[in-house]
Amino acid sequence: MQTASMRSAYGESLVEIGQKNKNVVVLDCDLSKATKTSLFAEKFPDRFFNMGIAEQNMMSFAAGLASCGKIPFATTLAVFASMRPCEQIRTSICIGNMNVKIGAPYGGLCTGENGPTHQCIADINTMRGLPNMTILAPSDATSCKACVLWAAQHKGPVYIRVLRDNEPVIYSKASEVDVLSGNRLKDGNDIVIFSNGFTSHMAVVAADLLEKEGISVTVHDIISVKPIPEKAVISMAKKCGAVMTVEEHNIYGGLGSAIAEVVSQKCPVPMKILGVSDYFSDSGSHQSLLQRAGLTVENIVKQTKSLLNKKE
Amino acid sequence: MIDKTKELERWAQLLRYDVVRMISNAGSGHPGGCLSAADIITCLYFKEMNIRPEEPDWPDRDRFILSKGHACPVLYAALARRGVFPVKKLKTLRKAGSFLQGHPEIHTSGIDMTSGCLGQGLSVGAGMAVAAKIDRKFYRTYVMLGCGEMNEGQVWESVMCASHFKLDNLLAIVDYNRLQFDGSVDEVLSPGSMVKRWKGFNWNVIEIDGHNINEILPAFEKARNTKEVPTVIIANTIKGKGVSFMENDYLWHSLMDRDKLAEKCKQMKKDMENADSFYAKRLW
Repeated sequence: MQTASMRSAYGESLVEIGQKNKNVVVLDCDLSKATKTSLFAEKFPDRFFNMGIAEQNMMSFAAGLASCGKIPFATTLAVFASMRPCEQIRTSICIGNMNVKIGAPYGGLCTGENGPTHQCIADINTMRGLPNMTILAPSDATSCKACVLWAAQHKGPVYIRVLRDNEPVIYSKASEVDVLSGNRLKDGNDIVIFSNGFTSHMAVVAADLLEKEGISVTVHDIISVKPIPEKAVISMAKKCGAVMTVEEHNIYGGLGSAIAEVVSQKCPVPMKILGVSDYFSDSGSHQSLLQRAGLTVENIVKQTKSLLNKKE
Repeated sequence: MIDKTKELERWAQLLRYDVVRMISNAGSGHPGGCLSAADIITCLYFKEMNIRPEEPDWPDRDRFILSKGHACPVLYAALARRGVFPVKKLKTLRKAGSFLQGHPEIHTSGIDMTSGCLGQGLSVGAGMAVAAKIDRKFYRTYVMLGCGEMNEGQVWESVMCASHFKLDNLLAIVDYNRLQFDGSVDEVLSPGSMVKRWKGFNWNVIEIDGHNINEILPAFEKARNTKEVPTVIIANTIKGKGVSFMENDYLWHSLMDRDKLAEKCKQMKKDMENADSFYAKRLW
């Protein structure tokens, strides 16, 4: 299985858009070597600003830059990019629909050993309550690049949830990735799994195993949690008649909730939301934390079968 | 030729009337902090800042952020009196469908940034000042902060940031009226020496009487001529300045007595009409 680093893809993509567009400016809160914005800093020192450990200042500062025509990518660890400066993101950035991009590496449980303070399972739901915000959760290094390229072209605030290293490669080219509608990774008829981030690859492996048992599964990688690709969700939910969501996030307010809001109102079918069941994890390896949350291929297989039993 | 100081004082008095009338009309708002800021706002909009009222989004304009956004009626009055939008719009303040929001909002003509959630304006201003440096443009950025606002930790993040990046094109103005919502700044969260605080972060600090136009304008000039470091003007002011019963009364941070304000508004109008033809043709 080929893997690649999403944070490296994030940093490299910033360099790429920085070369094309001189209005791209990158900000970081003293974590540039971890977030890989250091790549941009080396190449464009005049357009890189280390803001120190001051996330609130960074977000409002970014809004000021955007009001003067710059395209700032304000970057720090997901947990600090979303929650600490949430009110600044709302007031300085979202109310005015400012053209600020928030790059948030280390989303989900990948900071495992650092403990619950640094694990990030409440960023998507925090951002989802803010009008004007677009939320992207790419699933591999290639789709991460696609998100950065897309965000640079889009007018308005975008939150990009980036992971860390060694994510399985799903897409071969960024140009093949449909950021807004998401992407069908596997086509089937019995059930549809909507997933994103690290769990999309697991969903595909689980679907392959289920296929061998005669269960036909669609896997759709939802990159844009907001706006949620409503048409695609409705058509696949109707076609398959059962919906499961898988995400490395609290089960409250993330991808599962976004899908449920559509399914329950537009095309009610049996549904299961798989994610972190509203608890703080302890320190541990990424794998061990995924295991505890039930975010494993085995559990996706099990939950799929259980959900299929509820289908009429 | 009209004496410049005298003319600015008249505009300031007119803005004070507008503020009282607007808040009285709206039935809510924050008069005390508008009145303490009125003279400085007048000097900014009628003398110091390079703006084009007919083209409020002109890219090379000087920027202004009212970080203490609750004082926006005085800013709206200044924008209207400079011709950015009609004076008659002032009566729509805080009403449904009006572009004059209860706190400043960037989509309103002449408003450079959404503000009013305290602590954010100087950070935004630093971002604008950096954008000017990147583009080698000469516009300046002005940020007015309240002294109660100094309680916010983000203010000090932005203070560090502006001196670190040597933002000499950024001017902070503290409307130091020494009162906040629940009482005096010393009672709520004592600030110690405001001057020493800013000096400690390597800012150029100028302390003035914020109601004396002959101190305000030279301070702006000194700030413009200071290089490599940002400047802050600590403007000693009186909350509620110009309305006797409001002066130095923290309870008038917000509209405390609607009838009393309405009465005052009528009285002000009468007095000003009789005082000067300058006012007579501009009152509403």
